[in-house]
Amino acid sequence: MVEVITFLVAGAIVLGGALGVILLPKPVHAALSLIASFFGVAVVFIIQEAHFLALVQVVVYAGAIVVLFLFVIMLLGVDTADSLRVEPLVGQRSMAILFGVLLLALTFGGLFLSGPGGEDGAVALTGQESVIRPIDDRPQVEQLGEDLFSRNILAFQATALLLTIATVGAVVLVRNEGGEDLVVDEPGLAAE
Amino acid sequence: MDPYLLDGVDFGDVVLSVAKAILAFVICLVATMFMVWFERKVVSRLQNRIGPNTSGPFGILQTLMDGIKLFFKEDNIPKEADPFVFRLAPYLSLIPAFLTFTLIPLGGDFNNGNDGAVTVFGRETFLQVADPPVGILFFLAMSSLGIYGIMLAGWASGSKYPLLGSVRASAQAISYEAALGLSLAAVVLVTGGLSMNSIVMQQAGEGFGGIIPNFNIIVTGFIPFAVFLIAGTAELNRPPFDLVEAEQELVGGFHTEYSGIRFALFFLAEFMNTVTMAAIIVTLFFGGPAGPAFLGSTLGWLTGMFWFLLKLLVFLFAFVWFRASLPRFRYDQLMSLGWKLLIPLSLGWLLVLAGIRVARNGDLGIADSAFGDTLIVIGVAFAILLIGMYVLRSAMTNARRDRLIAAGFNPREVN
Repeated sequence: MVEVITFLVAGAIVLGGALGVILLPKPVHAALSLIASFFGVAVVFIIQEAHFLALVQVVVYAGAIVVLFLFVIMLLGVDTADSLRVEPLVGQRSMAILFGVLLLALTFGGLFLSGPGGEDGAVALTGQESVIRPIDDRPQVEQLGEDLFSRNILAFQATALLLTIATVGAVVLVRNEGGEDLVVDEPGLAAE
Repeated sequence: MDPYLLDGVDFGDVVLSVAKAILAFVICLVATMFMVWFERKVVSRLQNRIGPNTSGPFGILQTLMDGIKLFFKEDNIPKEADPFVFRLAPYLSLIPAFLTFTLIPLGGDFNNGNDGAVTVFGRETFLQVADPPVGILFFLAMSSLGIYGIMLAGWASGSKYPLLGSVRASAQAISYEAALGLSLAAVVLVTGGLSMNSIVMQQAGEGFGGIIPNFNIIVTGFIPFAVFLIAGTAELNRPPFDLVEAEQELVGGFHTEYSGIRFALFFLAEFMNTVTMAAIIVTLFFGGPAGPAFLGSTLGWLTGMFWFLLKLLVFLFAFVWFRASLPRFRYDQLMSLGWKLLIPLSLGWLLVLAGIRVARNGDLGIADSAFGDTLIVIGVAFAILLIGMYVLRSAMTNARRDRLIAAGFNPREVN
């Protein structure tokens, strides 16, 4: 009973936050409702007794990623909404709707495939046991870590490589080869 | 988990939980008020002044008077402000500050293998509001949420200086959170658990020679503690890392436009965070309520409270001491300290600790005994750490050199 009520409230927060992200005119307000949505997801994790994932959700997504979003919004000073009439990329919206519908169909398909109990939705969809669900009595962190660093080590390393590429790319982009002189403010050295 | 919650929840358990939360809230507020007075008094003495001395004995009621004054001041919202976010921001700052406090074990007897539980009205409970299984991660989550209050306050004020203050704050918080988390991981590695109670219990036993306590500052080898203390001070935006509200540059920083009770909430949150951070440091690295094991528990469950308060006071004094004696960092110094020193250092140290742990578990079979394995692993780990430090150091020197030459400095003058 408590579980159902908590789920309904958390679900309402998740959906309301998600709607706020796309409907609110000011980017900062949209970012705030994104935080609310992430919090709702964290609560849903807690209902499933995945405490560790819930906290990671808050630390990483609500805590770090949205801070970066807000940081960019503040630095660029995007206070007013851009005109929504013009599509930045041709066909972007129709593609977005298409993929959204496909994703929804996939999710519901997974739910129907999983049968009346709904227990094995994740298994039906991906062929893998859910990592959220405690597999045995050991602490969750231990199970999650073992799963991540043994069975899914390839995905883990691929992600690490991707992040490294992104970092190097960012450094290359801001490097100023053969352009105008950099302004250097190093202590202890006077310009010639 | 608290023992009284293990066998289902009845009405009495709910009452006990609520009572603990209210009690913790009162303790937290009183401690915060004390900290404001303590800081003003100590910093005055360190600067050869007298400090508050009029309201009450030793001026101890000064904070109360200031609070009452702020309550009755005009509450001003600037015309350019975003009204909703402007009102929201102080609460976003205060609530995480208090929620972190609920994690702290305030007392209890941890000697002779006790788990610090006390019996209240026939129910066994820890002297902390909640002991979630993810314990210390909750602290990280709250400290990363607390930054929203500051960021949004600066943005919502619709004014230049607060915005600059909040942009500084967010960059600083992101940079230092990594170092904070990595040094914390060392403690988690040694403990083998995330809950605050297990962290304290692990430190309560007898350490080396029966006299040196088994505190994490020794077990993790001092470096995580040093990194945590520095990163924690930066996370609090306290001097010498208070660029967020550098008076000479930014008027009042993010809270320039705030007045009355909303300003008081920010002020309260800041000092509450200071008290909580000191308590977290004490719990993580100095055993929290667990005293040195050989001294025993002469005062029963009050022993824990005595040790906890004693250690807490030391760190509160240290924070004030920092403020009185260290000049503020420049912004680039702040960033290079965080990214080029603290993060690589804590990451490398974590790898060394993890290597030692694997070796002590045995099964490596390099040498004949687990002890031999440990020695070899420590040697190799330190060699790798030193090589890594050398590579990082030379990469940084070369990058700086290239940058200066590209900017038109004479290559011979650049060293």
